[in-house]
Amino acid sequence: MTTMIRVEDLSKTFVLHLQAGTRIPVLGHLALEVETGECVALHGPSGVGKSTLLRSLYGNYLPDQGRVMVRHRGEMVDLATAEPRQILEIRRETVGYVSQFLRAIPRVPTLEIVGEPARALGLPTDEALARARALLRRLRIPDDLHDLAPATFSGGEQQRVNIARGFAVDYPILLLDEPTASLDAANRDTVLELIGEARDRGAAVVGIFHDRNVRERVADRIFELHEQRPAA
Amino acid sequence: MNAAAPDRAYNFAYLDEQTKRMIRRGLLKAVAIPGYQVPFGSREMPLPYGWGTGGIQVTAAIIGLDDTLKVIDQGADDTTNAVSIRRFFARVSDVATTERTDQATIIQTRHRIPEMELREDQIIVYQVPIPEPLRKLEPREAECRKMHAWSEYGVMHVGLYEDIAQWGHIAQTYDYPVMVDERYLMAPSPIPKFDNPKMRRMPALQLFGAGREKRLYAIPPYTEVRSLDFEDHPFEVQRWDEVCGLCGADDSFLDEVILDDRGGHMFVCSDSDHCQRRRAGGHVGPHAAEAPETVA
Amino acid sequence: MTAAWDAESQLLDVDKLNQRFGRIVACRDVTFHLHAGEVLGIVGESGSGKTTLLNCLAGRLPPTSGHIRYAMRGRGLKDIYALSEPERRMLMRTDWGFVTQNPRDALRMGISAGGNVGERLMVNGARHYGQIRAAAHDWLTRVEMDTGRIDDAPATFSGGMQQRLQIAKTLVVKPRLVFMDEPTGGLDVSVQARLLDLLRGLVRDTGVSAVIVTHDLAVARLLADRLMVMKDGEAVEHGLTDQVLDDPHHPYTQLLVSSVLQA
Repeated sequence: MTTMIRVEDLSKTFVLHLQAGTRIPVLGHLALEVETGECVALHGPSGVGKSTLLRSLYGNYLPDQGRVMVRHRGEMVDLATAEPRQILEIRRETVGYVSQFLRAIPRVPTLEIVGEPARALGLPTDEALARARALLRRLRIPDDLHDLAPATFSGGEQQRVNIARGFAVDYPILLLDEPTASLDAANRDTVLELIGEARDRGAAVVGIFHDRNVRERVADRIFELHEQRPAA
Repeated sequence: MNAAAPDRAYNFAYLDEQTKRMIRRGLLKAVAIPGYQVPFGSREMPLPYGWGTGGIQVTAAIIGLDDTLKVIDQGADDTTNAVSIRRFFARVSDVATTERTDQATIIQTRHRIPEMELREDQIIVYQVPIPEPLRKLEPREAECRKMHAWSEYGVMHVGLYEDIAQWGHIAQTYDYPVMVDERYLMAPSPIPKFDNPKMRRMPALQLFGAGREKRLYAIPPYTEVRSLDFEDHPFEVQRWDEVCGLCGADDSFLDEVILDDRGGHMFVCSDSDHCQRRRAGGHVGPHAAEAPETVA
Repeated sequence: MTAAWDAESQLLDVDKLNQRFGRIVACRDVTFHLHAGEVLGIVGESGSGKTTLLNCLAGRLPPTSGHIRYAMRGRGLKDIYALSEPERRMLMRTDWGFVTQNPRDALRMGISAGGNVGERLMVNGARHYGQIRAAAHDWLTRVEMDTGRIDDAPATFSGGMQQRLQIAKTLVVKPRLVFMDEPTGGLDVSVQARLLDLLRGLVRDTGVSAVIVTHDLAVARLLADRLMVMKDGEAVEHGLTDQVLDDPHHPYTQLLVSSVLQA
């Protein structure tokens, strides 16, 4: 068992300069460790900072203080101080992210969107697209949608495209933000299978699962987040 | 032969001595840097710009009493311009003139090089309208100077590329750009490209004068001169299906002459002296019977 | 990470770049590095100094103070303004490219599309007509233009096509670093969108590094790995593109991000 994620003394306060400098403390002195093959579910009331923590694990949010370390190519790298190109390399190779909202590049066909992460790693185009197609089929996205851009898809379809893209590469670390939120039972089960397979091959998974059943089926443990007292 | 008596009101060869020295200094610099355009203080001459003032100033600067001057225009000694310029020099310098290329020591020319190979003791002076070969592609003078300074000439090939793209072949048939001594890009003046090979390693000194643009340039004897081309579209000279109607030459530059108003035409050597000598030597062309009377 | 990782692929090293026009400070102490394969977006509103900065970086405008060093092939990092003018011109013809907002400033309007694309090849010594034409043909395809128009003059093209032609003309010599000044500005929205897709694909496929100036945050998000936000000549925020746009820290960045209209 190796530590894949280590968060130390992570704090983050949003300062809204456009609202007279209102300060919203969200994360305070957080510590978290996740090992290979573990699935940790982030838990807490709405607005407590679950998404903020997840985004910080992806380098999308920048902490005010503390370290956010991920194991990349055998070494622990602190995302809070890493260079942008390092973070991009980490996202290509090590950390996959399934977000709640699909902010895809417009006009790009679904198959290409899902195939892109594998191509970015050097896989030949036809292999990457074949893998993408297999995943999309597994998630019950009909073939005739594969060549369309997802902008006009339903919420549930967009979510599944997102998921396919997140699982197209065997990332050692997976971050999942409400992956089953808009899905029906059958697709939810498929996603749980995918998560299970990832864990089985040793991935470290951190997720936000609103649904308690899902949480119980997937998570090895729960990580509770608490409300920060507002700054004085 | 001098048709007018020399005019003692003018200095020898019209220009004052200091001007001649200024031009000669410019010419020395031009010879020292083959193909490089040397600016000079072009003077007002008794004929307008566009009529050969540059060539006349060069000739005036170098001509001496020992010289024999030949003046041709499009290869012929008997056109209006050639005659005028020859008479001008006769009037202001009392120098011998000739129509025979082999007898001339200075040949001033507009738009042709004589067919006969010139000798080391001869000088050919070209009249140049636009000395800057880059002008059509680069209107900025400062930029042109930088391009010459740093040999950045690739853009000339863009013009040649365009010709091939539009016409299937390089369409420039006169004033065809050349590289002199593999260093400077030069405009050879509007001589036909047929004449370009003659400039290469010519035993005679070649001087170029542009009066309106105020530039001199030179090609010293035996200098490498290469016409621009592409590897897969090499430089080619013009060819004719006919021979000279008067002397039968098949390797000279031919002019088309209209004979009547019923479409009758023939081709004649542009170089009148060359044609005359061939006929004097016994060569006869297919239209010799229609030959006009030679002007005395 | 270690210094070795850092140094090996560094392409551009900008150190305390200052540009003054009399009493007007256009750029103040701008400092950053650019590495091979990175795309840096410089965003800001009019008057922020971003275009002045780009011109300094691209060798077009010597800065008042500060250094711009570029990693020249086989020679290491060299101050570009310490190079002789012919060396710098050579750099601008071979290793670098510059895409201007208005393609008519960069194209020869009277020369055919093929001649325009082939020009830099010819300037750099190409002397085989067939190969030059084939390269032009190839690049017209890559910028999704009708190759049947290879002999047409750009004066007959639409703005979007002219811009594609400029892009082809710039990339044909495979530069390592391309500077772009509002590459999609002034075009119709749908034309802009397709052009952005093209640029994104080309940058990804060729691995070229780029510095792109734009006032449009959507363009920056699409094309840039990193973002630098300029205000009144200063870089007020600098980081990973999605981090700067999703978690802006500086008041001005927050203002910019909140000002973007959502269609």
